[in-house]
Amino acid sequence: MIRIERRLVQPKWLSVAVPVGSLLAAFVLMGIVLLFTHHPPLHTFDRLLRAAFGSEQALNDSLVSATPLIFTGLCAAVAFRMQLFNIGGEGQLYAGAILGAAAGIALGDHTSWLSVPAMIVAGAVGGAALALVPAVLRAYFSTNEIITSLMLNYVGALVVTYLIFDSESYWRDTSSPTAKVFPQGKPLPDAASWPVSHVGSLVIPFGLLLGIVIATFVWLLYGRTRFGFEVQVIGDSQRAAAYAGMRTRRKILAVMALSGAIAGIGGASQDGDFRHTLDPRGLTAAAYGYTGIVIAALARYNPFAVCLVAFLLGGLQNAGFTLQGADFPSGLVGVLQGLILFCALGGELLIRYRLRFVRTPRASEAEAPA
Amino acid sequence: MAAAAAVSLRGITKRFPGVVANDAVDFEAAEGEVHALLGENGAGKSTLSNILTGLYRPDEGEIAIRGHVVSFSSPREALDAGICMVHQHFRLVPPFTVAENVILGDHRGEGRKFSVHPRRIERRVAELGERYRIAVDPRARIWQLSLGEQQRVEILKALYREASILILDEPTAVLTPQESESLFETLRVMADEGRTIVFISHKLNEVKAVSDRVTVLRGGRNVATVATSEATPRSLAALMVGHEVSLTERVERLVEIGEPVLEVDDLWAMGDRGTDAVRGVSLTVRSGEIVAIAGVAGNGQRELAETITGMRRPSRGAVNVEGRALGGGDARAAIGAGVAHVPEDRLHTGVAPSLSIASNLVLKSYRGRGVAKGPLLRLRTIRDHAARLIARYDVRGGAPELPARRLSGGNLQKVVLAREFEGSPRALVVASPTRGLDVAAIETVHRYLRDAASSGVGVLLISEDLDEIRALADRIAVIYEGAIVGELAAAVATVEELGLLMAGGRRE
Repeated sequence: MIRIERRLVQPKWLSVAVPVGSLLAAFVLMGIVLLFTHHPPLHTFDRLLRAAFGSEQALNDSLVSATPLIFTGLCAAVAFRMQLFNIGGEGQLYAGAILGAAAGIALGDHTSWLSVPAMIVAGAVGGAALALVPAVLRAYFSTNEIITSLMLNYVGALVVTYLIFDSESYWRDTSSPTAKVFPQGKPLPDAASWPVSHVGSLVIPFGLLLGIVIATFVWLLYGRTRFGFEVQVIGDSQRAAAYAGMRTRRKILAVMALSGAIAGIGGASQDGDFRHTLDPRGLTAAAYGYTGIVIAALARYNPFAVCLVAFLLGGLQNAGFTLQGADFPSGLVGVLQGLILFCALGGELLIRYRLRFVRTPRASEAEAPA
Repeated sequence: MAAAAAVSLRGITKRFPGVVANDAVDFEAAEGEVHALLGENGAGKSTLSNILTGLYRPDEGEIAIRGHVVSFSSPREALDAGICMVHQHFRLVPPFTVAENVILGDHRGEGRKFSVHPRRIERRVAELGERYRIAVDPRARIWQLSLGEQQRVEILKALYREASILILDEPTAVLTPQESESLFETLRVMADEGRTIVFISHKLNEVKAVSDRVTVLRGGRNVATVATSEATPRSLAALMVGHEVSLTERVERLVEIGEPVLEVDDLWAMGDRGTDAVRGVSLTVRSGEIVAIAGVAGNGQRELAETITGMRRPSRGAVNVEGRALGGGDARAAIGAGVAHVPEDRLHTGVAPSLSIASNLVLKSYRGRGVAKGPLLRLRTIRDHAARLIARYDVRGGAPELPARRLSGGNLQKVVLAREFEGSPRALVVASPTRGLDVAAIETVHRYLRDAASSGVGVLLISEDLDEIRALADRIAVIYEGAIVGELAAAVATVEELGLLMAGGRRE
């Protein structure tokens, strides 16, 4: 008989062992799926890992994939820490991309020293503004922020599509006859291209560095400041927060704005680092926001772990793109991602509880006449 | 007791991680007997009753009902065997009527049918209420009933199911002394019909008043089973704690009553349901004085405490601290003015349960100069502060980094008290400060409250425990349906008079 008992103490090593174990378990389960679909598991994993982390090119591509995920992962983690379930990272990223692109276009081709910071600020403002809608509704009308922020994702997706495909907006390229027939965004000027740095042969996008800086900021903010202290208390017990005289409403607005701003900067990074135009099709297909939620959950809301997990999942996604074809269905990486999440959440149980195996002393044999 | 044992538990052992809740407990109750189960919190009373009602399965030992060994794999099987329990927190559905609640979960009789006949059930419920003198309108909805009436519904539920064994878990906590009296009469009638009543309590007087025999649990073991007639409250208390104790008796303080520190003037406030919960309360607490608010649970005490401490917005009236008016509904202002608050719900209001003890000790002072430097917290100072308070207030099992929820009730309350006293308060509002604590912890908390008053703090003690109030208070105000219906000097107040006021009777 197996019994589940609550752990009285949670050993430190568990918080490393359980995620690693969950990851291994996910790969084992994935192996079974692969066997059923007639793919040799070990060979497939080998290809997958090679395509993700096996070469310089693969690593560089994985860093590109990881960059937006760091932002959306932090976006979710920041809000979830206060039990504020902002599912709207997706839409907030679009909003950031829209305003970021506008800033890049408006400032023209002068200097990156002006354009890049302006795009970051504009992206942050866009994301924060969209996040404040569910925040205000939650703080003042007790509306469920999960629903409202989720719905705004669709609004965001429709708006960004409308701007390029269904209108002659400021963002749409209307300079040539072909561009009128095949809608696309205005190309951003060179000054709006975010710088890259090189480490050896690795190419590090500016957005990646920015994401790590923001992760550090969040870590400090939540662990070392009065603001973070209030967030922790509110996240743990709203009544205790009210009892201690904390202004919960303001904190909801601030945390949602911060969360949205981070996703928004992620959107601006898409414009400046990679796409160099407002690209609705690419953005909506990628679903960075939703992956971010998975990442935050896997990272147990720890900002540095978010960066690490983003790199891992980014790598797998990248490998999925590279390998997809007749012998490698595009859905496989999605399945693997799902299994990882499933195992990780199951593993949470092991951190808080332990299994004890007991020889069954009595079950039904004690059943006696009545 | 020549009758056959209706229930007999032999060698029951139940382990939870880290504790043995029941350790080879033997327990026997006869037909027609009221058998009290006495013990401090954590003595294993609840575990034992949960085993008897099929909620837990024992690790070792056996249960026999009327001589037959049984093994319950679910509460339903225990119900089928005629065992019913009245929990401390009632298991009733507030929007449903009394009759509907009575048949709820009755999977054999009326409750099993596809269509129910409310008339028939109502008639039966009315009949039972009549016979046992616990009449409740069968068509009333639960939320319209007082807690005392809700308890009657729970008992009716058991009677309707023809339970032969009824377990009551601290049933008098929500009753006035007079209501308790009438409950005891009902229990006696039920016992005379041959039912078995297991009465769980830690109040010695009640045990003395109602039971035939007493089983005392301590540390998970059965330390004694005695005939009530041969026991005294003192001997029972000694069995309960393991050594001679002084029962909560009044300790005289040197009282130097000073200026008013807390003045409440015609205070009105809404409850969570949107009806007036506090209705025109006026009272004054002077420096050095302990003023108690006595009342049956649910008469606006929680709302009153919350309104005074700024957690709830008053709809009318004023709260003055040392002559200055507090802005209504602003907990931060109240804290700043020197109003400390020990809330009723210490685990979810008094502390943030998952945060460390160190964090909880600065829950109200984290904005202050010593703890924060600009926006940054001084983590080391916070930790040292916690270590100091843990030592000074003797928080057993406490360490600065430990989550607060890992402390026992008494030690958690010490953390709350330590924090509130550290803020050098002028007035202290404490609500049910010893509920759920064991005798030793109650002594400690009482000592802290007396010391606080002696040092010049005005203490407003809100409690449902008359023994506690009589042991501590200088003046006693009685609250009924949100209004103060009488105020007495503690020295002259009798239990009868207080009980009458608590039930809404006016003083002549």
